[in-house]
Amino acid sequence: MSLVNRVAVAVAIAAGALVGRAEAATVSVACGSVGAEYDFCKQGAEAWAKKTGNQVRVVSVPKDSNEQLALYQQLLSQRSSEIDVLRIDVIWPGLLAQNLVDLGKAVPKEVVGQHFPAIIEANTVDGKLVGLPAFTDAGILYYRRDLLEKYGQKVPTTWQELTQAAKVVQEGERKAGNSKIWGYVFQGRAYEGLTCNALEWIDSFGGGTIIDDQGKVDVDNPKAIAAIQLASSWIKDISPEGVLNYAEEEARGAFQSGNAVFMRNWPYAWALSQGPDSPVKGKVGVTALPKGGPDGKNTGTLGGWQWSVNRYSKNTQAAVDLATYLASPAEQKRAALEISLNPTIPALYEDKDILAKNPFLRELLPTFKAAVARPSRQTGARYNQVSNSFWNAVHESLSGQAEPQQSLAQVERVIQRLNRRAAR
Amino acid sequence: MGGARRIVGRAFFYLLVAAIVVYTVFPFYWAIVSSLKEGSALYRVEALPPDPAWGNYAAIFAQQNFGRNILNSVIVAASVVAISLFLSVTAAYALGRIEFRGRKLMLLTILSVSMFPQVAVLSGMFELVSWLGLYDTLGSLVLSYLILTLPFTTWVLTTFVRELPKELEEAALVDGAKPFTIIRKVFLPIMWPALATTGLLAFITAWNEFMFAITFTLSNAKRTVPVAIALISGASRFELPWGRVMAASVIVTVPLVVLVLIFQRRIVSGLTAGAVKG
Amino acid sequence: MEAVRDRSELLGAAAAAEASQLTRQRRRWAWIFVLPMLAVLAAVAGWPLVRTIYFAFTDAHLADMQDWAVVGLENFRLLAADADWWTSVLNTVRFTVLSVAIETVLGTIIALTLNAHLPGRGLLRAAVLIPWAIPTVVSAQMWNWMYNDLYGVLNHVFLALGLVEGPLAWTANPDLALTAVVLVDVWKTTPFMTLLILAALQMVPAEIYEAAKVDGVHPLKVFWRITLPLIRPGLMVAIIFRTLDALRIFDLPFILTGNSRATSTMAIYARQQLVEFQDVGYGSAASTFLFVIIGIFTIAYITLGRVRLGAGEA
Repeated sequence: MSLVNRVAVAVAIAAGALVGRAEAATVSVACGSVGAEYDFCKQGAEAWAKKTGNQVRVVSVPKDSNEQLALYQQLLSQRSSEIDVLRIDVIWPGLLAQNLVDLGKAVPKEVVGQHFPAIIEANTVDGKLVGLPAFTDAGILYYRRDLLEKYGQKVPTTWQELTQAAKVVQEGERKAGNSKIWGYVFQGRAYEGLTCNALEWIDSFGGGTIIDDQGKVDVDNPKAIAAIQLASSWIKDISPEGVLNYAEEEARGAFQSGNAVFMRNWPYAWALSQGPDSPVKGKVGVTALPKGGPDGKNTGTLGGWQWSVNRYSKNTQAAVDLATYLASPAEQKRAALEISLNPTIPALYEDKDILAKNPFLRELLPTFKAAVARPSRQTGARYNQVSNSFWNAVHESLSGQAEPQQSLAQVERVIQRLNRRAAR
Repeated sequence: MGGARRIVGRAFFYLLVAAIVVYTVFPFYWAIVSSLKEGSALYRVEALPPDPAWGNYAAIFAQQNFGRNILNSVIVAASVVAISLFLSVTAAYALGRIEFRGRKLMLLTILSVSMFPQVAVLSGMFELVSWLGLYDTLGSLVLSYLILTLPFTTWVLTTFVRELPKELEEAALVDGAKPFTIIRKVFLPIMWPALATTGLLAFITAWNEFMFAITFTLSNAKRTVPVAIALISGASRFELPWGRVMAASVIVTVPLVVLVLIFQRRIVSGLTAGAVKG
Repeated sequence: MEAVRDRSELLGAAAAAEASQLTRQRRRWAWIFVLPMLAVLAAVAGWPLVRTIYFAFTDAHLADMQDWAVVGLENFRLLAADADWWTSVLNTVRFTVLSVAIETVLGTIIALTLNAHLPGRGLLRAAVLIPWAIPTVVSAQMWNWMYNDLYGVLNHVFLALGLVEGPLAWTANPDLALTAVVLVDVWKTTPFMTLLILAALQMVPAEIYEAAKVDGVHPLKVFWRITLPLIRPGLMVAIIFRTLDALRIFDLPFILTGNSRATSTMAIYARQQLVEFQDVGYGSAASTFLFVIIGIFTIAYITLGRVRLGAGEA
């Protein structure tokens, strides 16, 4: 570097340091409850604080995402500045957009462009980018490799094949003495998780995504009905009746204790199933969820969380900076290596270190790329109502209280009514 | 009466006691067993864990400042009980003993405060707490819990005061005692069962309250026990580290049981001494 | 009794004026005594309750709390037309009736047992309180775990004892779900009733029991004719508060069965509207409706049960 340049750099650094010190802000960030994720987040936030000369305060929020949402809503609706940076679920942008900073204006386009386009789109509400992706999730299929081999079944590529294979293995194992085993466990409780499962069924059959990109509701169609009909046939056949009240942990419990052949769950269950005391260690395989027939598609509901900035924050600039830092490739790589969170940056899926630690990420990349988003963007603040009527309808079909065609028609009516009310 | 009949009666009685104990305590025993398990062992049903995992207990205190949370709960609950009882005893004397206009309406109004679901009151309470500058302090909890305990303590104490014999009070009145003295010297001593019971129930209500606690406190140093338990998480967001949650619940229940053991003698001391003669 | 009548005669007409002066003084004292409690209650409960009732008549939405309009009875009209709301009302009433009835009976039995002379009485009383002492967020999850159809201990024990052929899906089966929730609530709240009834029992002087024993009265008759009437006031208050809590229940069914229509209660419905759907106006209307329903219940109960609200007449 020439002398002039060196002096210029020195002056810039000195000026930056001066400015940094003058503007030292305390930024509060909420990134989960206590435990591994909290510790990880704290480390990242403190590293940022050190780098920029600011202070950071890490706040822990309840583990349950419903409770988190309730807390954020309470604070944001009262225009509180208590939390500057929050981590929000992928379906919340529409609900909270009004109270969040437009990151599309505050963050450079190249930074935003690093992430999966689908996720960025899910975070954009009326042209406003309200969240930078932190990590992603998608529904995947777990299977017992050893049991499939034992009964000469191949890994299913369609739901129909899965039903068949599950039946064969289930009956075989029951005859052999394991009376508690069932073919397929998933999340069938009447909650958001059921919306995720049902969306996967419908989308895999080609039945649409409840509401299409233009905002038109289309769930009462033959393919969607066929999907729900197949799912309803599983109850008490290859799935225990209790599945109607299973959330993620109950399903994992059934699968991990060796009482299920197939399971639908999020990627988190992988590490736990390979834990030292797990009865199914070394016997589990993962793959994309099956298609709904030869002309269906592989799919998985998009999950994951994003970094957002509170509009009423007293240190917006610093908060945006922190959010950008936490969403950066370096942090995401650290997250993938230390706490097995799935990155939202395609480039990281070719990183050698990450693949060495989580080899099945390579297989999951297509799933993450093709993940189907729930209609939170199109429905905005009404997402919870839409999801609620959807999961109730599916639950009633599954429990045999209503015919799939009736329930889905009802969902369409409800959504249309909601749209009419909102338009007024 | 036949001796055999008495033996059968006794046996039946003890069987009843045993059934009550099993029904009440079994889930707690199950909680203790679960708290000593980790990982996949939780999905097995066994009477006693083969190798107890005491690590769960250590982990809670290591992961978060659980001791501080317990202390916060104690402070909040004790304050709420003290304030509620003090306000209620004085009010109960008037409501239960003195005939004055509007008393019935007053009692019904107090009761009506307890007729609203907690979730409805939450936002308004949040505004009140913020306006008073109490957000993220223990004071916010002490204040908001009063809405839960005051109607209850007032009504229960009023009922008990009303059932006390009139003669005691009249004797004191004739002696020219001031109302406050009457409360202190005449009523308080014989109201211990009611006070201890009401205080205990109010204490537990405040101890276990969750909705207000999670909304009005943000920093871990100010959080109470139910919130701390709701924060316990494992390696990932979805995982519910059941063993640790159970360990936390066991730790949290023990002080309450101790409290009952201390106060249970109070609960049963009463008029058996025969304060009223003739 | 004798002493009082003598006193009244003594007072006579001449002293009547003095008596009424005493009464007026007592009345003044009454207000002074009640005021602190009323003031605190009004300060704490006033704003939140008034705010809720006010918002019930608006179309406020959590997404934008600055911009709302008064819509009169519109919310209530929509509420009355919503089948889901009436389902929750029905669920809540069924739950309440079952729960409170069982808890009262069970609570009385246990209280009587604890009242008797037993070795280890203190420990027993402490043990009986345990269900009430465990936070609901924990005990609900605990029972959820125990109810699980694959690895829950309840099914394990029932199967071992041969009571059922296959594991029961306690919380998933719509027919069993309400029973499952009632069972947990009974387990959890009976100590509350027990303690209050026990306190009422303690206020009954021992001489009465001794007199009955001397007269050779059958224990069951002692209970019905003597004990029950004496503990009636305390019992009534316990039932009132238990009913109030049962009609407002939220935590337990929510954690056990989530937002399922079959076990949704009024408070769950209200919360869903308020928090999940962010519809503050409609949710407040649901809460107010809930308040009205509870009010009706309470007034009916007080009237039919002839609960005395008057001041200590013997």
